[in-house]
Amino acid sequence: MKVRLSDDAVALACGADAVAAAFIAAGCEVERVSSWGMHWLEPLVEIDGRGYGPVAVEDVARVMAAGAVASPPSPDEAGDRLWGTPIADHPFIARQQRLTFARAGRTRPLSLEDYRTTGGWQGLAKARALGPEATVEAVIASGLRGRGGAGFPAGVKWRTVAQASGARKYIVCNADEGDSGTFADRMAMEGDPFQLIEGMAIAGLAVGADKGYVYVRSEYPHAIAKMRAAIRLSADLVAPFVIELRVGAGAYVCGEETSLLNSIEGKRGEVRAKPPLPALKGLFGCPTVVNNVLTLAAVPWIMAQGPDAYAAYGMGRSRGTMPIQLAGNIRHGGLFETAFGISLGELVNDIGGGTASGRPVRAVQVGGPLGAYHPVGQFDLPFDYEAFAAADGLIGHGGLVVFDDRVDMARQARFAMQFCAAESCGKCTPCRIGSTRGAEVLDQLIAGVDVDANLALIHDLCDVMKSTSLCALGGFTPYPVMSAITHFPEDFVVREPS
Amino acid sequence: MGISIDSFYSQPMKTIDDIIKSHLGSDGPLLPILHEVQAVFGCVDEETVRQIAHGLNLSRAEVHGVVSFYHDFKATRDPRPVVKLCRAEACQSRGQAALESVAEAASGVKVETVYCLGLCAVGPAAMLGEEVHGRLTPARFAELLEAAR
Ligand SMILES: Cc1cc2nc3c(=O)[nH]c(=O)nc-3n(C[C@H](O)[C@H](O)[C@H](O)COP(=O)(O)O)c2cc1C
Ligand code: SF4
Ligand code: FES
Repeated sequence: MKVRLSDDAVALACGADAVAAAFIAAGCEVERVSSWGMHWLEPLVEIDGRGYGPVAVEDVARVMAAGAVASPPSPDEAGDRLWGTPIADHPFIARQQRLTFARAGRTRPLSLEDYRTTGGWQGLAKARALGPEATVEAVIASGLRGRGGAGFPAGVKWRTVAQASGARKYIVCNADEGDSGTFADRMAMEGDPFQLIEGMAIAGLAVGADKGYVYVRSEYPHAIAKMRAAIRLSADLVAPFVIELRVGAGAYVCGEETSLLNSIEGKRGEVRAKPPLPALKGLFGCPTVVNNVLTLAAVPWIMAQGPDAYAAYGMGRSRGTMPIQLAGNIRHGGLFETAFGISLGELVNDIGGGTASGRPVRAVQVGGPLGAYHPVGQFDLPFDYEAFAAADGLIGHGGLVVFDDRVDMARQARFAMQFCAAESCGKCTPCRIGSTRGAEVLDQLIAGVDVDANLALIHDLCDVMKSTSLCALGGFTPYPVMSAITHFPEDFVVREPS
Repeated sequence: MGISIDSFYSQPMKTIDDIIKSHLGSDGPLLPILHEVQAVFGCVDEETVRQIAHGLNLSRAEVHGVVSFYHDFKATRDPRPVVKLCRAEACQSRGQAALESVAEAASGVKVETVYCLGLCAVGPAAMLGEEVHGRLTPARFAELLEAAR
């Protein structure tokens, strides 16, 4: 009997290796594939397209018995487990529009054969046929915007680098993915590494770069191993383009593009002042494309299927799809790729099933540690760069972290300040000192000391951090802090002594 | 089975000079060198900083500045095994605080903070070496710490 089981880090963290070993011991052939992204069901076992999960070692015999006779699915109204339902028909999968994650759950990550037979390398072939200029134009026409957070049009950046002159040019893939509540880059690298490599090769062709770096955070050993192996396996296919992997060293700020470039160069990960833009003077002083994993991974599809097909998805100026990450206290967490425009409430309630704890949702932090906390009252916000910006928030890298009614928003605000203090690169005083001060002030406020005066202090501090920080670490930390105060004022008053 | 996860840098018999030499051909070799030194020797101490500075033609202050900037590099060796416990928002929302008393009581193991392991829908999460653990309860976390010693 052939059994498919993911070797993605989420599956491993939930015990997939032991389950795989038990299937092998029971005489099954086990094929390790990428993850479907239904994290609450991991380890998720697939037999002839039908899913069983979460599966523990003790369940192996029962799963084999059910799989052998293809017994009819046993429905689970709440959807908390899966027993015999065809995975691809599951509403969580069927409702998605998977372009970047089209292979998720379906292929073996390091199989060149699986990659080729599912449309791999078609985008690169197309780009080679079209040539650099038409490739840049196609990416511009697709409307693809940077998925790392800032949402800058990818094709426009590529054009700048293509037109810049320099001794060498570089493609740098930002795989630092430090935001809490995000894991799409990790899944893309672990599950479909050749797609990212193909995207980088297309970028290299488009701008005239023959060298690429992938900068992966050190907290992702499995992604590092998969990417290293995939780079080796596909070297001939992307030549003369060459890719080298670099490992981060535990600094959140190195996700900021200029800090990242310093880090590759072997320097402290301090943020550089802009201008010059990295597109003109980036890595080792040369014109450099810095793009997020998801940005680059979207490109092969765009080239193969055409920019219009991609731009047909989405709303407003947010074109295409976004791999949204449902995280935190959510019942059905995982990766949900869909066209821009879906509402926050649909994501959290309809798709995510509310909280995992079963308690009422109170707050959702969108866009990582620099993103705002949104109350249920904002659940009609559409997932769109501009809509979130207008609501004093950001979609960032597309992570949603759900909190139930036990959350203390003053403590979350304090955490945001503490995080900023811990991760500041130290270059600007408001970020370095202001955040430490902010955490102290919030401690006082939480202790009930001078609540009004301390609230006023936090307001002022946030204003200064916002207007005088060089990068978004200091500049956006006010988002989680101020949104907590604005939307949850009841947590910022003198408390009953507990 | 899938691929085995090969340890990043696992050639234990190398000297610092071997490590430096093996990276001299690449652009910006300092971080890869520091990673390898840290992995092999468990720290990047002052003497090593001097050797690396010499090998790369940098000042000691420059190398020291880089070493001290990144959380992954340690100035002194700690013989205890390290468990990295995620203390970021998504794990907080899933009850990570309940693991704190277990972390405090840990002995023979160093519990380090990490902000996100990319396991945010199956937290609380932690990592021992390259081994990832999700859905931690206080009891399962205590087991993990015990097994790590
Ligand atoms: C503090 C900070 C952390 C960041 N972290 C990341 C990250 O982990 N990954 C990422 O792609 N972009 C990150 N960014 C955004 C990058 O600076 C940059 O905008 C991005 O890599 C550009 O690629 P894109 O246009 O494809 O999004 C971060 C920015 C800041 C200010
Ligand atoms: S805002 Fe903070 S992290 Fe960003 S450059 Fe200034 S000090 Fe560094
Ligand atoms: S927040 Fe803990 S794994 Fe992401």
